[in-house]
Amino acid sequence: MMQTDRRDFLRLAGVAGVTFTAGLFPGRQAMAQADDFHFVQFSDTHWGYKGKANPDAEHTLEKAIVTVNGLARQPDFIVFTGDLTHTTEDPKERRARMKRVREIIGGLNVKDIRFMPGEHDAALDKGEAYKEYFGDTHYTFEHKGVHFIALDNVSDPGAKLGEDQLAWLAADLKQHKTDDRIVVMTHRPLFDLQPSWDWTTADGAKAIDLLMPYQNVVVFYGHIHQEHHHMTGHIAHHAAKSLIFPQATPGPQPRRPPPPPYDPSQKGLGTRDITIGKTTTFVELPVSKA
Amino acid sequence: MRRRYFIALLAAGSAAGGVARLAADAPAEVEVIAEKFDFTPDTVKAKVGKPLTFVVTSIDRVHGFKMPDFGVRTDIVPGAETRVTITPTRPGTFAFFCDVFCGDGHEEMGGTLVVEA
Repeated sequence: MMQTDRRDFLRLAGVAGVTFTAGLFPGRQAMAQADDFHFVQFSDTHWGYKGKANPDAEHTLEKAIVTVNGLARQPDFIVFTGDLTHTTEDPKERRARMKRVREIIGGLNVKDIRFMPGEHDAALDKGEAYKEYFGDTHYTFEHKGVHFIALDNVSDPGAKLGEDQLAWLAADLKQHKTDDRIVVMTHRPLFDLQPSWDWTTADGAKAIDLLMPYQNVVVFYGHIHQEHHHMTGHIAHHAAKSLIFPQATPGPQPRRPPPPPYDPSQKGLGTRDITIGKTTTFVELPVSKA
Repeated sequence: MRRRYFIALLAAGSAAGGVARLAADAPAEVEVIAEKFDFTPDTVKAKVGKPLTFVVTSIDRVHGFKMPDFGVRTDIVPGAETRVTITPTRPGTFAFFCDVFCGDGHEEMGGTLVVEA
């Protein structure tokens, strides 16, 4: 199912990057090229983070914006899959960080930007401040024949989607044919990636059950700060790197180790350019290229 | 790591006479205190086949107590004693952690159960 063809993507990106191509929509392999589009995923920007894992944290987001603005073909839109800000227990400081994030990303050439919260943004006040600055925490939108669904599995501090949101998802899906192309975006993984490290969504299996009758579903998420690819049946799940610092690779340790030591080359940090078309491809855009 | 609280680990069968038989069937207990962003103690020992009850209390806010390897989780509400009983079936080290986001440091709030044969 996996295949790689770097040519189009390197031309598309205009910068060097690692490519990963997957048959994300197995039921729609013959889809017309005219439907092609691409968008950029930012994840886990953690504005306000100060720590050893990224001594350049204050400027990393700005550098990533330079990278994205430099793409030869600008993305149709941009998605932030959560943890825009780093946790603070001070509601005033939380809002200040969100305000600053909005100011910085105002530098993006592309103005169609979709946001989602991470637990660092929303779990301490159930998304109250987040909504003031970034709007709804779950929603849908359409783009060139693809149905996008943004799910909120972080505003509940217990990492639940909750029955109300699951009912909302079920009602939304009922409006679609089972071969429609559907992209789901979340912060936390919907499947049990590493339960002992809390890399799960408490009721994520219920969402996957609702999505399972649909033949062309792909899920993009963040939270784990690294590239990861997983299948639940025919549904593909893809985690993006964190912009700000990597996390440990899932392993046998019962508790999650601390983030790997800082890498001066900033390897592992960046954004992801996602092309959806006949094949769907990721181009990783390292910050170090800015 | 804060160590202000004592561990009360009552070994089953440690009592004498007729009480010993009763105690042998009763779960051992360990008291665990939750507060931002620690469990105290953060390392607990158990034996394969011997039931163990975590008696968990919170001294600041609502936390969670989750042990995925044993299929258990519960909220820990201040002012209430929460009891979780498990019976290890194999030796090894297993995680327990807070699964209710409680602030900057939440992700480090966890502990380890060491199960010996």
